[in-house]
Amino acid sequence: MNEGESSFVEQLRSGDEAAYEKLVREHSRRMLAVARRMLRSEEDARDAVQEAFANAFRGLDRFDGLAQLSTWLHHIVVNACLMRLRTRRRKPEASIEDLLPRFQDDGHRVEPGPAWRAIGPDPAEERELCTRVRAAIDSLPEIYRTALVLRDIEGLGTAEAAATLGIAQEALKMRVHRARQALRTILDPFYTEQTA
Amino acid sequence: MTDAALLTCLELIDFIAAYLDGELATAERQRFDEHLRRCQACVDYVDSYRETLRATLVAFEGEDEIPESVPEELVQAVLASRRR
Repeated sequence: MNEGESSFVEQLRSGDEAAYEKLVREHSRRMLAVARRMLRSEEDARDAVQEAFANAFRGLDRFDGLAQLSTWLHHIVVNACLMRLRTRRRKPEASIEDLLPRFQDDGHRVEPGPAWRAIGPDPAEERELCTRVRAAIDSLPEIYRTALVLRDIEGLGTAEAAATLGIAQEALKMRVHRARQALRTILDPFYTEQTA
Repeated sequence: MTDAALLTCLELIDFIAAYLDGELATAERQRFDEHLRRCQACVDYVDSYRETLRATLVAFEGEDEIPESVPEELVQAVLASRRR
């Protein structure tokens, strides 16, 4: 934490209303983006951001300044989203098995398919890819999507992502690997289609 | 190296994440690389796995996913909850 941020935190701790408003206005956009990615529901995302700020306000005295304020708030909103995911009524999970590569008895892959073409530099094609990636991630079963979002999008390390989800590191690695493989399968037609 | 020491495609795909994260021991890495030298289908799979990681990052990086503004009612609700 730099000097400017340190004095800003002091303002917050002293109850400075203007500092609180600055904090909310500066950080809520990024926090809302995280919550939307994780929860896929505008209403839930807004509730999670509100809850995250409430937790942050309460925990301000415990903020040790080792991380940046933005990093600290990021962790808090991720946890608020996870709490919300845990309390959602559980729906039967779709199976991910159909999206994983299949193998013959000798260990060779069944129908390997063609190599992927390179994408770009056409910006329209890159945009199309981004749309497909987001939709594909949205379609993954929740336990796999959450693991992928924490690890590959929110950038948490394996230990941190596993601890956040309350699972063993090996289980986290397995979920992330399966999620990536499923994503790869969903994107395969886009990368192997013939272009004029 | 004998064929018995070679990974199967199934084993190689299981190890991709560890390979890309640099977590394989030297001997395992050598077996992985040896398999890739002999198996174009796995070279293609590893390339596509890597591309999937890149595409995931690209799809969410930058400002385009961050909303330009946050609904004012959300800001006010957050601030109001503090005053309560």
